[in-house]
Amino acid sequence: MDANLEQKYDLDVVRWFTVMAVVYLVVGAAVGVYIASELAWPALNFDSPYLSFGRLRPLHTNAVIFAFGGCTLMATAFYTVQRTCGVRLWSPRLARFTFWGWNLVILLAVITLPLGLTQSKEYAELEWPIDILIAVVWLAFTINFIMTIARRKTSHIYVSNWFFLGMMVMIVYLHVVNSLAIPVGLFKSYSIFSGVQDAMIQWWWGHNAVGFYLTAGFLGIMYYFVPKQAGRPVYSYRLSVIHFWSLMFGYVWLGAHHLQYTALPDWTGSLGAAVSIAMIIPSWGGAVNGMMTLSGAWDRLRTDYVLRFLIIALAFYAMSTFEGPVMSLKTVNALSHYTDWTIGHVHSGALGWVAGISIGAIYHLMTRLYHTEMYSIRLINLHFWTATIGTVIYIVAMWVSGIMQGLMWRAYDEYGTLAYTFVESVDAMHPYYAMRATGGMIFLFGAVIMLFNVLMTVRKSLAEGNLDRARALPAPA
Amino acid sequence: MSRQKTKPKSFQEWMEVNIWGLLIVLALVLSVGGLVEIVPLFYMKNTMEHARFPEIVWAKAGEAPIVTVDADGREQWNWTAGEGVRPYTPLELVGRDIYQREGCYTCHSQMVRPFRDEKERYGHYSLASESMFDHPFQWGSKRTGPDLARVGGKYSDAWHRQHLRDPRAVVPESVMPGYPWLDTRYPSGWRIQWHMRGLRSLGVPYTEADIEAAPALLEGKTEMDALVAYLQVLGTMVALDEAKTYRE
Repeated sequence: MDANLEQKYDLDVVRWFTVMAVVYLVVGAAVGVYIASELAWPALNFDSPYLSFGRLRPLHTNAVIFAFGGCTLMATAFYTVQRTCGVRLWSPRLARFTFWGWNLVILLAVITLPLGLTQSKEYAELEWPIDILIAVVWLAFTINFIMTIARRKTSHIYVSNWFFLGMMVMIVYLHVVNSLAIPVGLFKSYSIFSGVQDAMIQWWWGHNAVGFYLTAGFLGIMYYFVPKQAGRPVYSYRLSVIHFWSLMFGYVWLGAHHLQYTALPDWTGSLGAAVSIAMIIPSWGGAVNGMMTLSGAWDRLRTDYVLRFLIIALAFYAMSTFEGPVMSLKTVNALSHYTDWTIGHVHSGALGWVAGISIGAIYHLMTRLYHTEMYSIRLINLHFWTATIGTVIYIVAMWVSGIMQGLMWRAYDEYGTLAYTFVESVDAMHPYYAMRATGGMIFLFGAVIMLFNVLMTVRKSLAEGNLDRARALPAPA
Repeated sequence: MSRQKTKPKSFQEWMEVNIWGLLIVLALVLSVGGLVEIVPLFYMKNTMEHARFPEIVWAKAGEAPIVTVDADGREQWNWTAGEGVRPYTPLELVGRDIYQREGCYTCHSQMVRPFRDEKERYGHYSLASESMFDHPFQWGSKRTGPDLARVGGKYSDAWHRQHLRDPRAVVPESVMPGYPWLDTRYPSGWRIQWHMRGLRSLGVPYTEADIEAAPALLEGKTEMDALVAYLQVLGTMVALDEAKTYRE
């Protein structure tokens, strides 16, 4: 391991974000398991406003997307940009501000969401003062990233950084436009848009929070960490260029497919669906590019647990980027919309792809940031299996319940009347909601193991004095 | 180690060695999809059904107050159900704020699609004009519970109260949380006036009389009363005509 890293780069903020990402993975998954259990066993709402599903569900989505996802993105982006540009961060102080600012956003979310302070726009629930803070911190993150690239020593900008940049620019657009609101109190505001326009803008944000924040950003991670862990170059440069530009151009259009058959004009939804289908090509191009990086070294999967996480994540990426376009087709969407199938689809992306690639990257980072081996390789292996099995149980439960809901709602009996009341469909979901909660619990168990492993590794590094030794090395000539 | 200066062989390579060029091209490429899909919705006349069917919107919206209180404390209504889309009354608006606060949209949609089964289960498909005063929209994305776009008038007030306090007392299979705290909380008159002024600045046609009447209309009302009033008005504003094709 390259101990000189400490002299060449600023890694403190990367270390903080890395450890916090694991903490938030446990927190976000724990809230998720709790609300999943509320749907199976509603007594868990305890008639308490602060524990009721409607308030905790935004806390779960914000915790996993912005707390876990955000910390992972910031850790990996700050690490990757320094490594691939061969320079220190443009401003370590701005990076520290990014860390504390982002964690303040998360803290405020944890306080305000259970209090019911919300804009009630999905994945953009946080109220206007927090939205302003998010914008400031995000710009600090983005500017630092861009300026570090501007001062790079390498001639070309590495592909990971293109993806990170695309995400940063798009999130600025999305966050600013979708959060435009008129404050009517310190923690209450109304969106300046209404009805159909608000719906389109919300899902332009909603789908691109997935498309850019949770896909482009994590593809940036994939393009650095998969080749690094495998010790081989990216399979195809040309494929990565195609993957990048088609993703950047195409993803933006997809939001409209969330509004098929609604009061949104038909042309908008159809346009969204048409581009969605076309998106299979770049998505699979990217997945193939990542997997084929292993071409000729597949045996590594038997021994390298970190690589396993990265590759299974790509398999889930390929799976869910096929499922998504299928669900955007109008005939399929007529059945799948409003059902648990959507929830299953999101989680095959979120648990399988986003969490998988993050976990792989974090294990990779831990050994380099703390200059020691992981506390336990066996626990990484255990984590791999709990994460994979938990995810599969979760999404299978949601496939079955989602398709069942869709079919029950449209079923007719022999007299031509609706075969089921709504509540019969609710009742039929119980076993699958219990199964989903179980899958989530298994996934959460894995996340707790990871947190333990990461904390023990930090302890080991401190006990061995590796970090101090690495820091004390003379600067490279 | 310094950066080599060689002439880029392609546009792609030019971007790869020029961060500012890459940024500008990215900013342009990323803006296309949103512009094409969003901007026309503000300008194309056929987006909102009331462009062709003006009767969908209440004719007196913005000119007469919806409801005021007379000297004897009685409510005086200028609007009756079916007369068209209007802004929410202060009580309904409090109810809608509670609907947002409690995250009802995470499990209930307010958007009936034009399918036979949805028509029979929920009623006429939803129109864009019906949510024209909804800042933000509450169409939702998930039906863990049933659609609420046309729930108004389907159940009695008493049923709603009982159901909101303890859902499983009336629907044993329900997985909905109970909301007993709504009975003991009282909305603030001046605060809802602020909310109404905010909405008015966004183009929701409240008259000054609407805003002035708010504290009197909320006198003695609980949050439960407000939420039930909101639920009971959903889908009842417009009298939809089966013979008309509102949307192609």
